[in-house]
Amino acid sequence: MEGDLNTMGALIGAGLACTGMGGAAIGVGHVAGNYLAGALRNPSAAQSQTAMLFIGIAFAEAFGIFSFLVALLLMFAL
Amino acid sequence: MATDTEAEKSLEIHPMDQFLVKPVLGDGPLMWYSFSNTAMWMGITLLGIIIFLIVGTRNRAYVPDRFQMVVELIYGFVRNMVQDVAGRDALPYFPYIMTAFMFVIFSNVLGLIPMSFTPTSHIAVTATLALVVFISVTVIGFVKHGLGFLGLFWISSAPLPLRPVLAVIEIMSYFVRPISHSIRLAGNMMAGHAMIKVFAAFAGVMGIGSFVPIIAISAVYGLELLVAFIQAYVFTILTCVYLKDALHPQH
Repeated sequence: MEGDLNTMGALIGAGLACTGMGGAAIGVGHVAGNYLAGALRNPSAAQSQTAMLFIGIAFAEAFGIFSFLVALLLMFAL
Repeated sequence: MATDTEAEKSLEIHPMDQFLVKPVLGDGPLMWYSFSNTAMWMGITLLGIIIFLIVGTRNRAYVPDRFQMVVELIYGFVRNMVQDVAGRDALPYFPYIMTAFMFVIFSNVLGLIPMSFTPTSHIAVTATLALVVFISVTVIGFVKHGLGFLGLFWISSAPLPLRPVLAVIEIMSYFVRPISHSIRLAGNMMAGHAMIKVFAAFAGVMGIGSFVPIIAISAVYGLELLVAFIQAYVFTILTCVYLKDALHPQH
């Protein structure tokens, strides 16, 4: 095991940045769960809203992606 | 002990090694002119799409056979998506969206073949795709609406004191679009492949109990197939959403 203090700090920071993905997981679960709750109440309207489901998931996921981006920057760009 | 050395050897498989870009022929340094495995797999992807579409539509019949049916299904799926999400006046841009969808879905699925390479797991590839969308959408917005395109950032339905704050947020979210658009696809592809490789390393160390990770790999592989389709769908539908913003900047 060798390396300097900066690398250690960057790698710890990268690991900590990955906790942000938990927030994205909560967001995606919230979107999908609410979609399912609505779809079970009115199944006939569910089919027309799948596109909105995926758009919502994509936007909720974006902020998890930013934490992943921070982790990548810390690991490779520093 | 023999098993120990084998275990150590199997742990030497680094999960990120599969994403290494290297020349196909020889192991010289990677120059700008060398034929890398990314280029090779993008070529295979294009070849696959061309064969799929040409063979599928070769004997065009009123009653389609199975192959033609799949091609028509995909065509209709993407066309309906463009029409529903971005509106009828987005249909002139349908060929590009169809091209992007086919490229992303084929390289995602071809990357699931063992020992193959996924071009879409590289941010360089997906960032190019996302930047093409970003730049062309911005140009389309300014060409169609002139300076009225900036109305996208000035939300006229919000209270007046709130509008400058919202404008800053809207501009930031507009410029962050190509980043999230590209890294979503690359990150999903990379994470899934790396996860399969990590489980494969577990199978290497566990000896007789290795059937547990192998079952897990099979399950994750099924999940990855789903993710490959969903990410291609998400990439395309976000392109449609951005196109809708350019064609109808009023909220």
